[in-house]
Amino acid sequence: MAESGPDKLCLVANDLAGERGGEPVFAGVSFSLEEGKALTVTGPNGSGKSTLLRVVAGLLPAAAGTITFEGGGEEWPTPRSAAHFLGHQNGMKTALTVEENLVFWRQFNGEPHLEPDEALEMVGLGDIGHLPFGYLSTGQKRRVSIARLLVSYRPLWLLDEPTAGLDAASEAQFAELMQVHLEDGGMIMAATHLPLGLDGAQELRMEEGFR
Amino acid sequence: MLALYLRDVKLGIRAGGGALVGIIFFLAVVAVVPFGVGPDLNLLARIGPAILWIAALLSVLLGLDRLFQADREDGSLDLLLIAGDRHMSALTIFVKCLAHWTASVAPLVIATPLLGLFMNMEPDAIGAAALTLLVGTPAITFIGAAGAAVAVALPRGGQLVSVLVLPLAIPVLIFGVSASYGAVTDPAPFLPPFLILTALTLFFAVIGPLGAALALKWGTD
Repeated sequence: MAESGPDKLCLVANDLAGERGGEPVFAGVSFSLEEGKALTVTGPNGSGKSTLLRVVAGLLPAAAGTITFEGGGEEWPTPRSAAHFLGHQNGMKTALTVEENLVFWRQFNGEPHLEPDEALEMVGLGDIGHLPFGYLSTGQKRRVSIARLLVSYRPLWLLDEPTAGLDAASEAQFAELMQVHLEDGGMIMAATHLPLGLDGAQELRMEEGFR
Repeated sequence: MLALYLRDVKLGIRAGGGALVGIIFFLAVVAVVPFGVGPDLNLLARIGPAILWIAALLSVLLGLDRLFQADREDGSLDLLLIAGDRHMSALTIFVKCLAHWTASVAPLVIATPLLGLFMNMEPDAIGAAALTLLVGTPAITFIGAAGAAVAVALPRGGQLVSVLVLPLAIPVLIFGVSASYGAVTDPAPFLPPFLILTALTLFFAVIGPLGAALALKWGTD
């Protein structure tokens, strides 16, 4: 990564390998993702897309290789400190209201960015902040979960099937949010089967064949 | 951290939180004993502190398996662990334990004086039992956190948690009960077992969350 300057953010994976329950899932994955860029991870089921994202997020140890976050300084020393993770589950409590959930994640994650009601407005759910999270439909839950990415700031978004359960209009809205995030100097790494509607996204294709 | 504490207390108290189940279980166990033991008031007064302690121990164990499982099921556990560079995982778990104690165990301590009356205990003995429960039950929660973290990835890990945790909780039970007796029976001392109980709580307050953090770090998949 000689061309990236010292103060430019860059996520670098070097010959990364991951395993799940002792079984190797992928190996030899290298990529570098600079600020303002997006990387979509594609591949068949079981090719290790989710595992790769969990390794990058620090939830699983890397079986081999390294993953580093360059140019983050003291504020973002590691990938996980710089990352928002949107997994298959939404990470929200059904017994709390939408607003309470977002306020909690905003305070816990720090780096406050948008107000919870502004973030809900951005995902088109401006008027449901007072409802318990459990009352929402699958797509609405997903959109609240996307609003969580907006209430506190992280440069790196790690998204695992982010558009699961979203309708076409919400997908377009989410693509717009991602575009804004990239223009602000953010970076996005998304595992997906569907095109996310991002211009100029790099693609990392995961191959099967590690069993 | 305060936000996490408030969220967990709120969840514990709201519908489906499970805090109420432990309290009702505690009431049920203690209320049934006089029927089983019979109308010997002196015997009841003598075994009262022990019954209160055993019932409290079992009701604390009852709710502990949900400590991390609920967070794991909805994905919040991952997010809490990813924040590990900002908030040390062991500290996050410590706060979760405190919140669990506040919502599910503190009500047991508050109910103790009433149930002490059921057991025909002297006011002194009731006070001592409530005090030892106040000081001793956090230790059970902290030990339970380590057990819950080990069993978090297992389906139906709840029973396993009780089995894992019970042997470690025995010292807490022994010193808790002997301090309660020490306060009312003459030759037995109160202060030494009470101080050992306090020391156990402080010890497990450090070891429990650290162990749980390690187990969660290597146990996620």
